[in-house]
Amino acid sequence: MREELHRFFRAARGAGVRVSPAESIDAMKAVADVGFADRGILRDTLLLTLAKSEDEKQALGECFDLFFSQPEVKQETAPGDAAENEGADSASGEAAQGEDAGAAAQQLGELAQMLMSRDRNAIAAGVANAASAASLSDIRYFTQRGIFSSRILEALGIERLRDDLDRLTTSNPAEAERLAAALDGLRETVRDAVSQALLLYGREESENLRNEILRNAPLARLERRQVQEMKALIRAIARRLRERYSRPRKHQRRGHLDIRRTLRRNAAWGGVPFLTTWKRRHRDRPKIVALCDVSGSVAQVSDFFLLLIHSLHEVVDDVRSFAFSGNLIEVSDILDTRSPEEAMSEIMSKVGFGSSDYGGSLVDFEKGFMRALTPKTTVIVLGDARTNNLDPRADILRRISERSKRLVWLNPEGRFAWGFGDSEMPRYATYCSVVRQCATARQLERAVSDIVAAYQ
Amino acid sequence: MERETVTNNILAADSIAAVTAGLAAAGYIASKQIATAVYLAERIEKPILVEGPAGVGKTELAKALAAWRGLKMIRMQCYEGLDEAKALYEWKYAKQLLYTQILKDKLGEVLGHADTLAAALDKLHDFGDVFFSKEFVEPRPLLQALEQPNGCVLLVDEIDKSDAEFESLLLEILSDYQVSIPELGTVAAIVKPTVILTSNGERDLSDALKRRCLHLHIGFPEQKLEERIVESRVPGISDALRRQIVGFINQVRTLDLKKLPSVSETIDWARVLVLLQSSELDHETVKDTLNVLLKYEADIETTLPQVTSFVARAGRQGVFG
Repeated sequence: MREELHRFFRAARGAGVRVSPAESIDAMKAVADVGFADRGILRDTLLLTLAKSEDEKQALGECFDLFFSQPEVKQETAPGDAAENEGADSASGEAAQGEDAGAAAQQLGELAQMLMSRDRNAIAAGVANAASAASLSDIRYFTQRGIFSSRILEALGIERLRDDLDRLTTSNPAEAERLAAALDGLRETVRDAVSQALLLYGREESENLRNEILRNAPLARLERRQVQEMKALIRAIARRLRERYSRPRKHQRRGHLDIRRTLRRNAAWGGVPFLTTWKRRHRDRPKIVALCDVSGSVAQVSDFFLLLIHSLHEVVDDVRSFAFSGNLIEVSDILDTRSPEEAMSEIMSKVGFGSSDYGGSLVDFEKGFMRALTPKTTVIVLGDARTNNLDPRADILRRISERSKRLVWLNPEGRFAWGFGDSEMPRYATYCSVVRQCATARQLERAVSDIVAAYQ
Repeated sequence: MERETVTNNILAADSIAAVTAGLAAAGYIASKQIATAVYLAERIEKPILVEGPAGVGKTELAKALAAWRGLKMIRMQCYEGLDEAKALYEWKYAKQLLYTQILKDKLGEVLGHADTLAAALDKLHDFGDVFFSKEFVEPRPLLQALEQPNGCVLLVDEIDKSDAEFESLLLEILSDYQVSIPELGTVAAIVKPTVILTSNGERDLSDALKRRCLHLHIGFPEQKLEERIVESRVPGISDALRRQIVGFINQVRTLDLKKLPSVSETIDWARVLVLLQSSELDHETVKDTLNVLLKYEADIETTLPQVTSFVARAGRQGVFG
């Protein structure tokens, strides 16, 4: 049973629940106490000891149900075959069949005997043993299904069965037919067992692989089905950044005594300074002003960027977002009040789908929102800097840069394309503190992480 | 061996039922999960970390457990800026000062016989630790909990409100049931206390803390369970009204509100309705007493237009359910 629990822990890790060795020891202790008799209690026990948040509880609950439903699935496939066979048997006559089987069994191999006896418990146990002999719990990718199936069948002794089948085909065709049918049933059972194992143990790896691919895919050219996955990934990134930066760290400045607070703190002892208080350095939380190009190919990247920036409430004090293509509007309220999908379509209907006019948009910003900039603000511009040969108005960008703490330009295009055609990137770049490429989720994460880290 | 595990299992199931009954006797209707958590916490000597929305009875669980077990409950309310001196122990500075003043003459007497400064210092060393002994330690909740001769229930309430540093301070107590005081050494628990930590999920707790605890999530209870809770807390209420109230509240919880009404609000509302002597829910009473249930103006505005249909549906449930 201990073996079984260990496999469950591995399956739990596959389901995304982090199970540390200490937790697994706790779970073992607890399970030893409550036993396996009551499935409800066992489920509660494992959920209490292993899962440490609501999400984890849900994932682990599903994993538990899947894991402990395993034997039943096998039994469901087996009785189906048995019933079919039984139908065929009754036609040929019970008594004669029994004798036949008795005589045949002496020549047949172990597996064949097991199949002919139609003892589904024995078959299920045999498959389970073979599965552990083939170390099925090591399965990681769906491409490994075939190899694990054949390994299990080999461990069951399929070689011998084939020989038996060949021999029977010549000597007793009716028996051979039954054996072949039973073999098909067995194959199906094994296939089910492997699929189940893949679902249990392989989830983590294949998800990691898919995420890795997704992180490096260009945001602007995602397929429709990838967009949803990317949104989930962006949320995960936001969570990670929140965890890393949201904890307010107090840094004491050793050596600078805070006299006022020291006196107050020691008032109880007549002002004799038993305890000292040191001055603290005040630290700002990031203030961000984001200007996002939502025209054409950049729109998708802006979408993800805005989604990320607006899910960082705990980390970032104040975000104001502006969207532009032909002209510029403020979109902070839309993003804060609507769901991400609605917000994006509303923004698009207001300013999207025009040809971009960087100069005009910068003029709009200077006229309406220059006051939003303080010496603590980081300004982020996201765009490809393709001005359609209109006046770039880099002078406004210079004034923006002078008024703010930092000016960061994120460009979805590769460095080699900057300055070619109507790209004004080199001219804008002179006024930026940082210019970086931002085409994939990985680059996006790093860019935002750096911006937030600059305040730490 | 087989038989042994079987009896063991039956015992476990029985004990869990006993926990449910015991908590019920103390006025707390526990779901099976809660009872299992309490049972396991006592068996494998682990603290329970209870998470869930405000007002579902997290603190109440600790109180009921203490009442059932007949133990003292020591409560430690967490807040931002809570530190060692307020949570663990503190030296009684004033007492130390006072004693040195009073004992001044005595000190002079003792030290008077010494010829040189070095000899006096040596003598002073001989009883040097007098002023840093247990006499002068002011035990705060955590240390108190360890010093209870009969054990106790230690409730660390709203741990998510405290700083991350305080969490680390708790780790030693949670895993080994002991604290280290530099001047005195390590103080271990006389009887290991049952520790319950509660959190509203305002911030994520550290993995180190979570690892040391059983994690129990209490959500809003199912309709049947909630009816039983109201029954035990508001004895004078009629069956029909109780069912209607719980049915109504369950529908309110499906709305998108700032703060969903939880069990404590259900109980308050039931009490109000009993005081107003209403025999069943009707549109007018609900409208007048909605402020007991909902704590934000915006929430009340969202709910008002739905009241009529909710009351009707809750009434139907009362008849058929």
